[in-house]
Amino acid sequence: MNTLNKIKRTGPVLFSEYEKGSAVKKVLEMEREDILFEIKDSGLKGRGGAGFPVSTKWMITAAANADKKFIVCNADEGEPGTFKDRVLLLEYPELVFEGMIIAGYTIGAKEGIVYLRAEYSYMLEFLENFLEEMRKQNLLGKNICGKGFDFDIFIRLGSGAYVCGEETALIESLEGHRGEPRNRPPFPVNTGYLGFPTAVNNVETLASVPNIINKGGEWYHKHGTDKSTGSKLFSVSGDCKYPGVYELPWGTTLNEIINITGAEDTKAIQVGGASGICLPATEFGRKLSYEDISTGGSIMIFNKSRNMLEVLKNFMEFFVEESCGQCTPCRIGNVKLLEGVEMIEKNEYTIEYIEKLKELGRTMQVASKCGLGQSSPNPFISILENFKDEIFNNKPVLN
Amino acid sequence: MNDSEKNIRNEFIQTLVQRFGKERTALLPVLQEIQKKFFYIDEHSQQEVARLLNIHPVEVNSVISFYAFLYDKPRGRNTVRVCKNIICNYHGSLEIAKALSTELGIGFNETTKDGKVTLEYANCFGMCDKSPSILVNDQIHERVNKESVLNLIRDLK
Repeated sequence: MNTLNKIKRTGPVLFSEYEKGSAVKKVLEMEREDILFEIKDSGLKGRGGAGFPVSTKWMITAAANADKKFIVCNADEGEPGTFKDRVLLLEYPELVFEGMIIAGYTIGAKEGIVYLRAEYSYMLEFLENFLEEMRKQNLLGKNICGKGFDFDIFIRLGSGAYVCGEETALIESLEGHRGEPRNRPPFPVNTGYLGFPTAVNNVETLASVPNIINKGGEWYHKHGTDKSTGSKLFSVSGDCKYPGVYELPWGTTLNEIINITGAEDTKAIQVGGASGICLPATEFGRKLSYEDISTGGSIMIFNKSRNMLEVLKNFMEFFVEESCGQCTPCRIGNVKLLEGVEMIEKNEYTIEYIEKLKELGRTMQVASKCGLGQSSPNPFISILENFKDEIFNNKPVLN
Repeated sequence: MNDSEKNIRNEFIQTLVQRFGKERTALLPVLQEIQKKFFYIDEHSQQEVARLLNIHPVEVNSVISFYAFLYDKPRGRNTVRVCKNIICNYHGSLEIAKALSTELGIGFNETTKDGKVTLEYANCFGMCDKSPSILVNDQIHERVNKESVLNLIRDLK
């Protein structure tokens, strides 16, 4: 492996001193209810972007009556501009895997599956060796640490489909099908992998768990804001001096990101990847948090030399390619939005038609079946709104 | 495909089914391994997988057609993928794409005549902090430039 991942800034939450295996040993002495209360006190929410409370997800899965249950680690990190899970898996695999063991013990699962995106298959050997080492140390396998709990982790590779980051599509893929999202409900917590209750958690979410167990939910809750507790990993890229992964408390502003990463002449920041929103300088005082700008952590910085229409076109091409094609709003809608961008590019548009396309985008946001289609119009709407002077000015408009 | 080539595939698929099982959940791992060994999943292999896993062959083909990294048409022994996310574009991936194309004498989604390399674009590899990056088979190469990618493909067999 030729990739070095030095994290630019490690915060006190996710990366506090951690002794390998310590949280697993502690948790196996605890009652399941107490673990759930600890997680509830921490206020930990899903770090993939949706922000669903982890304690609720685990409680429902734990309460479900079934012969088998599964914990799935969603390592299908495909959102453009996101690479925090790559760094976590390569540098802190113990946090991720131990988070899975703790989740498995809490919900009553004996098997954990890591769904690793195909683009990350270069990590496979390293991760398999790491798991083997954990088996030797009796942190995995039969009768873990002599406490009578059996649990093991297996890695499954994806095959290059962005939509498989959506949890029901991921489960379809694990089951050997096309990665097409399912209707929800039923939710995976009740009817998941092979029909069994399944908790699907993001890599970063799981990696947050061991320190919460060791230091307590209350300790975790002290970091961040009231509604967005703890810290977040941000994947910062684009026009800045120091791109990389940063652990920062929730509530950090975009201006602070600019300062920390040494960005200059910043014109726009795309928060949340291709499916996120694009903000202009007037909005850089806003806070990264579930209550303000919610995100899975992708921060792409664009300076004044960049052409925002070009950026938008890149994102829309991405969605046209990655739409699974199952539901009409997403399959057709993204093609129409991309055509709109190309019309603007060629100066062959009317403002009226572009407004209609924005309306179509808002329809896609409510009518698409899964998160991909619901969020794919975000860049179209936000870039055309926030950068309309740049995009539409000084261009003749056909009527 | 002649009989001996078919037999080689049949035997390989047999070992895969022994390793991954006959359940539907085995389908993707089996297809991924065939892809890795033979560079694409030919029609005969699709039929054989369908037979052993007791799935309709159309289902197998449907799964292959869904995933960007699975193929049912012949390909090169190596795949070079250039990231086409905007961040890599802004760090020179377009020039790298051009250099690769010129050196290999093929366009994107094409294979060299000697069957050595298939050239493709792919979506974000999660290497935006070390862009531009390319994937050569399953190995990632970060912060590449025109010279380094040309050296990389010259080393391919």
